[in-house]
Amino acid sequence: MMLMYKGLGIIFGFLFIGELLSEAFNLPIPGNVIGMILLTFALLFNVVELKDVEKEAEFFIKNMSVMFIPPGVGVITYWGLIKSQAVPIFGALVISFALTLILTAKFVELLRGGEK
Amino acid sequence: MNSLGIFLTIAVFYLFSKIYEKKRAFYLNPVMLSIIAIAFILHLTGISYETYMESAKIISFFLGPAVVSLAIPLYKQRGIIKEYSKEIFAGIVFGGTLAILSAFYVAKIFGGSESVLLSIAPKSITTAIAIGVSEKIGGIPPLTAVLVILTGILGNAIGVEMLDAFKIKDRVARGLAMGVTSHGLGTARIILVDELSGAVSGLAMALNGVFTSLILPYLLKLLQ
Repeated sequence: MMLMYKGLGIIFGFLFIGELLSEAFNLPIPGNVIGMILLTFALLFNVVELKDVEKEAEFFIKNMSVMFIPPGVGVITYWGLIKSQAVPIFGALVISFALTLILTAKFVELLRGGEK
Repeated sequence: MNSLGIFLTIAVFYLFSKIYEKKRAFYLNPVMLSIIAIAFILHLTGISYETYMESAKIISFFLGPAVVSLAIPLYKQRGIIKEYSKEIFAGIVFGGTLAILSAFYVAKIFGGSESVLLSIAPKSITTAIAIGVSEKIGGIPPLTAVLVILTGILGNAIGVEMLDAFKIKDRVARGLAMGVTSHGLGTARIILVDELSGAVSGLAMALNGVFTSLILPYLLKLLQ
């Protein structure tokens, strides 16, 4: 079980570095995304070994769904806004979904020129 | 009653996950149902969102390490990125940009307010990243979270049927479009139809999260 701390240390280390960079340079990219990019490169260049972080990372990813619930519940505090803006919100949601799905698929299909 | 938020979140999610395990229908999405149920419980009992969040925020804190952890599946699938590099990169630039612009402009045409436009712009990327992006650009993170989940549910419910209706047969094209449009929930559906489509979809989701968080702040400066 001691090994867990190595994996957690690496993941939180990259998160911390990402947040530090995001704040220090006032970057518009969230610190956790910077941490993710840096960890990907660290794995590619063998600075971090996959086996050292794999289990801990899988634990976080597998349990990600539950983490969306508290911010999601926060939507109740914006109930008035959602009611008054229901048409732009849900109109844009559905139209943008359909356009993006079909046009992106057509674009990639054309790019591949009929390969299957 | 500091532990109320944590207990409520875990207990309600456990319950809906059990139901979802028995019947995997899109309308039984456990995250969406948990949000609705908890909102309803808070409303009925008169407990404020702030009281709920006192401890529930500990759960969402772990979105930070969870996003960093996405590096692992990305790294593991580097083979597929290499094999389909051209279509993956072109598709993400095209689809990622289209997802932002179409959401932003359609909402604007329908009279959306500034905060709504900013909250809906990152709706096609994975929830964890979208919440952070929304916060950075001045959107409303909870609204973004709900819109992202709804976009995912749409993809999960009718994405495959729409691709079929438009006669898109190319497996890479189908996976890429699904991942770019409907992130994790779309991926979960298309992987049941075809494994290659599913793998491409998962990758497209992760890479589009990175692409969108890099480009969105600058794109918005141009739009405003």
